[in-house]
Amino acid sequence: MSPGPRRLPVFSAPATGALRYGEPVNTTDHGPEWSLETGGNANVIVLSGDWIAQQGHIPDFPSDGLRQARPGQPLAFRTDGLGRWDTGMIGFLWALKQGAAQAHLDLDTETLPDAARKLLDLLPDRPAPHGPPPRRRFAPLAAIGGSTIDGLTEIGTVTELGIETARGGMASLTGRGRMRLTDLMSNIRDAGPSALVIVSVVNFLVGAILAFVGAVQLRKFAADIYVASLVGIAMVREMSAVMTAIIMAGRTGGAYAARIATMQGNEEIDALTVFGIPVSSYLILPSILSLTATMPFLYLYGSLVGMLGGFAVAISMLSVTGAGYLHQTLNAVALDQFAFGFVKSIFFAILIGLTSCRIGLRAGRSAADVGVAATRAVVVGIVGVIALDAIFAIIATTIGL
Amino acid sequence: MAYPTQGAGRDGTQDDTLMSLRGVTLAFGPKVIQKDISFDIRRGSIFAVMGGSGCGKSTVLKSMIGLLRPAAGDYLVDGDAYWTADAAHREAVSRRFGVLFQSAALWSSLTVGENVALPMQMLTKMDPATIRDQVELKLGLVGMLHTIDQYPSELSGGMKKRAGLARAMALDPDILFFDEPSAGLDPITSARLDDLILNLRDGLGATIVIVSHELPSLFAIADDGIFLDAKTRTPIAHGAPSWLRDHCDEPQVHAFMHRERETESGRTD
Repeated sequence: MSPGPRRLPVFSAPATGALRYGEPVNTTDHGPEWSLETGGNANVIVLSGDWIAQQGHIPDFPSDGLRQARPGQPLAFRTDGLGRWDTGMIGFLWALKQGAAQAHLDLDTETLPDAARKLLDLLPDRPAPHGPPPRRRFAPLAAIGGSTIDGLTEIGTVTELGIETARGGMASLTGRGRMRLTDLMSNIRDAGPSALVIVSVVNFLVGAILAFVGAVQLRKFAADIYVASLVGIAMVREMSAVMTAIIMAGRTGGAYAARIATMQGNEEIDALTVFGIPVSSYLILPSILSLTATMPFLYLYGSLVGMLGGFAVAISMLSVTGAGYLHQTLNAVALDQFAFGFVKSIFFAILIGLTSCRIGLRAGRSAADVGVAATRAVVVGIVGVIALDAIFAIIATTIGL
Repeated sequence: MAYPTQGAGRDGTQDDTLMSLRGVTLAFGPKVIQKDISFDIRRGSIFAVMGGSGCGKSTVLKSMIGLLRPAAGDYLVDGDAYWTADAAHREAVSRRFGVLFQSAALWSSLTVGENVALPMQMLTKMDPATIRDQVELKLGLVGMLHTIDQYPSELSGGMKKRAGLARAMALDPDILFFDEPSAGLDPITSARLDDLILNLRDGLGATIVIVSHELPSLFAIADDGIFLDAKTRTPIAHGAPSWLRDHCDEPQVHAFMHRERETESGRTD
């Protein structure tokens, strides 16, 4: 070993069997050495030097190390020159024990230090064989088929979960349900008021950015005032609903998935199941309900803040008066546009709530699985929201909304 | 000392002592958990920290392994102050510690083998082959070699404890701390674990500090100990569990050691 800054010899010294209280210690300054002496009528393994695992240099016991040993004679040990030792030497002795078993030689462990013998006795005869892990075969057809089946199963499971949750929701409406109001209220508080700040900031900036982009183009035609229409329609029809949904997917969806995945790891879900408390009405229903209760209003709020952002940019950059901007906005944005965004928000909320809870429920039980679940919930939530929005856009165009 | 002490007045030589607590007080903010704890731990002994539930046993352990700074008092390892020293010294001393946590605290995203290997990979310069050998050796010592490629979630409670023990031994520590090693284990597994601990103490020459309220286990393995009282929040007896069982008249200790309900006036014989 290089004379690096290793402090370990100092600290591992008391760890060695040889430094045990009351036992004499040889002080050696050379590394581990061993040899096989076959003189006389005996096989003697001579161990000397310091055998400290963390100092390295522990020799491997060669598979033919006992070739020269006299057959039929037990293997004894001589440890006069042995210095400090720890589990590094035990590892060597373990390999030696296996070698001796293969060579049909008995091991006279009485000649080892007491402590070493005790440790050696604890060890099983041979290490479990650890072959290389089975290699993955390249089978594209099977992979495609497998993932298709998985995907369909997952869609089925989510649908089933959604139906079960909806049934739980119906039961709650008719007063037979088992959802606790406190869970719902605390979920609503998390999903609603505490999200206001980030929803405000993001939508204000989005409105402002739209106004900037619009202003550059519209000014060329002296159509400054149409910035108001652009910002208003864009915010109300698309941007506010999508932005708010993305925020909620990242913020609340990720939190739901992480919470449920952690509960899974702590056997809390198992405890619910054993009691017969349906996971759908205890966990999923409050999550979805709180999102559906808050997101449409966050959407409305976001639209207004977005228009405010556009207003701020228009007033400061363009030749538009406040009253003019307001008037143009009211002209451009019909009330049914709000209804469209409102309905979209409700669907986004159900999507986020359902997928994030489902992802949490199917998570594994380790700490890393919690992280995977949270990430997946956010990714699925965001992609899902945008895909769903595209579908809404197609529907709206088809029916001429 | 003011409380019953086994071998009081024994001529304890200095190099006999590995760790000492001197007037340690532990507190979370204004809430005092235990005060005026003083004891010495002899090299190579198995020292038990005893007491009823909620008396602060685990908190004492926490301060000894470097997770909780005492509000007052001194903690010495090999004669050097631990908490008042700088961080580098504390880290170096902590390298001598191996800890088995109450719930084993295996890292759930790593296999059992990786759990044992991680400290060696992160803190030593051993090469991968040596580490692999050491991992097999340590899992072999606790009889867990067959689980080397399994994840902690696939293990039973007793297996987790033994795997945690293998991980605690990863860096060949000379001081091992066990927090409730036999809690939640059946009597047979618990007895086997006791044997294993004794064997490891003899084999590794380690000093072991054990926090427990499992009487059979305490009587079987501990050869010194301290009894913490939950009411007065201070130690009330000092000695091996079996000695305390036979010689200590302190009502709380007597009740604890004999599994009796204690009354306000004293013991309930």
